[in-house]
Amino acid sequence: MAKLESSFKNMVLSLTLITLVAAAGLAAVYMVTQAQIEAQKEQAQNAARIAVLNGQEGTAIECTADGFGGPIRLMVGFAADGTILGYEVLEQQETPGLGTHIVEWFKDTTKPGQNIVGRQATGQLTVSKDGGDVDAITAATISSRAFLRAINAAYADWKGQQGEQVEAMTGASMRVETYSADSCKGHHHEGQCCGHCEGKEACHE
Amino acid sequence: MSNAWKTLTNGIFKENPTFGLVLGMCPTLATTTSAVNGMSMGLATLFVLVCSNVVISMLKNVIPDKVRIPAFIVVIATFVSILQLVMQAYVPAIYATLGIFIPLIVVNCIVLGRAEAFACKNSIGLSALDGIGMGLGFTLALTLIGAIREILGTGCVFGQHIFSDTYGALIFVLAPGAFICLGYVMALVQKCLEHSK
Repeated sequence: MAKLESSFKNMVLSLTLITLVAAAGLAAVYMVTQAQIEAQKEQAQNAARIAVLNGQEGTAIECTADGFGGPIRLMVGFAADGTILGYEVLEQQETPGLGTHIVEWFKDTTKPGQNIVGRQATGQLTVSKDGGDVDAITAATISSRAFLRAINAAYADWKGQQGEQVEAMTGASMRVETYSADSCKGHHHEGQCCGHCEGKEACHE
Repeated sequence: MSNAWKTLTNGIFKENPTFGLVLGMCPTLATTTSAVNGMSMGLATLFVLVCSNVVISMLKNVIPDKVRIPAFIVVIATFVSILQLVMQAYVPAIYATLGIFIPLIVVNCIVLGRAEAFACKNSIGLSALDGIGMGLGFTLALTLIGAIREILGTGCVFGQHIFSDTYGALIFVLAPGAFICLGYVMALVQKCLEHSK
């Protein structure tokens, strides 16, 4: 078959056909993968929620602060008395090897100076350089400050919700989920609550 | 040596995209912070290369010359979007680390370069082999650079500790290390290729 000549009609026809087929193909792939993508996001959220509550009863709060390389998105777990139960970094673009240490630095229980898990949140956590009592990551003070800002913001948010009704929370822009780690006992694996059983009577045993 | 074999190995050695043609330097420098990242980026590019080479070779007679570039880009972009959706659905962790560099495969010079220089002039079979060869060459190069940077920077390779990370020179994981590493590896590979001639 000889190559199509570059006439106006041929060009329009061939480009239209190619883009149509491409669009149809993409739509098909999108439909197949969409459910799975949603499930993955849900699963990541749930995993973080379980991790930050550390098997205890409390509230998981999601919050963001501007870090050194982009937004730092955290999920923080608070007990009813305001103790930080744990945190999980959901998203960050800090410098590899320096700022990226925020992922584990502040939950190293063997180093009380830098560990914030188990501390009473005050909304005023700052690095020692700024007069606080949290040791910043070596050579990543900006990332450390941003991290603590996010924790403080989460605490403020959590505190603000303490007096409010649960119904009011669901409409808020901040994604807030409350659940008891015990509510799933016997219903799902190892006392972990799955997305679909969360909040349902069925998992209270 | 048969023609098919020659086409396949061309991309791995003689015209290796990274060390021979020096194409696609942006993902090469940016995503090789570890061996796994380099390899994933290489494999993602390999997938797009093979698919776009095959489809463009199939369509070479129905695409008029004057609109070939937009047509090629549409084909390439479609496969990249498919890859993006599939990775997001099944390997979210890798997708999160490679981030922006997956959509950027669309403008990777290797992919359009092979469409333009090879696929639109050769048979479907040979174009597929060319895509595999070039993709493998790119994957090997990225994995090699990623492994070297990971070892020198953190003391690990593929996440396995070789020595304690306190001896790691952080600079190799950061941007300058990418340039230093690429330079030395490229010089070495060129030297070896010269010897084998």
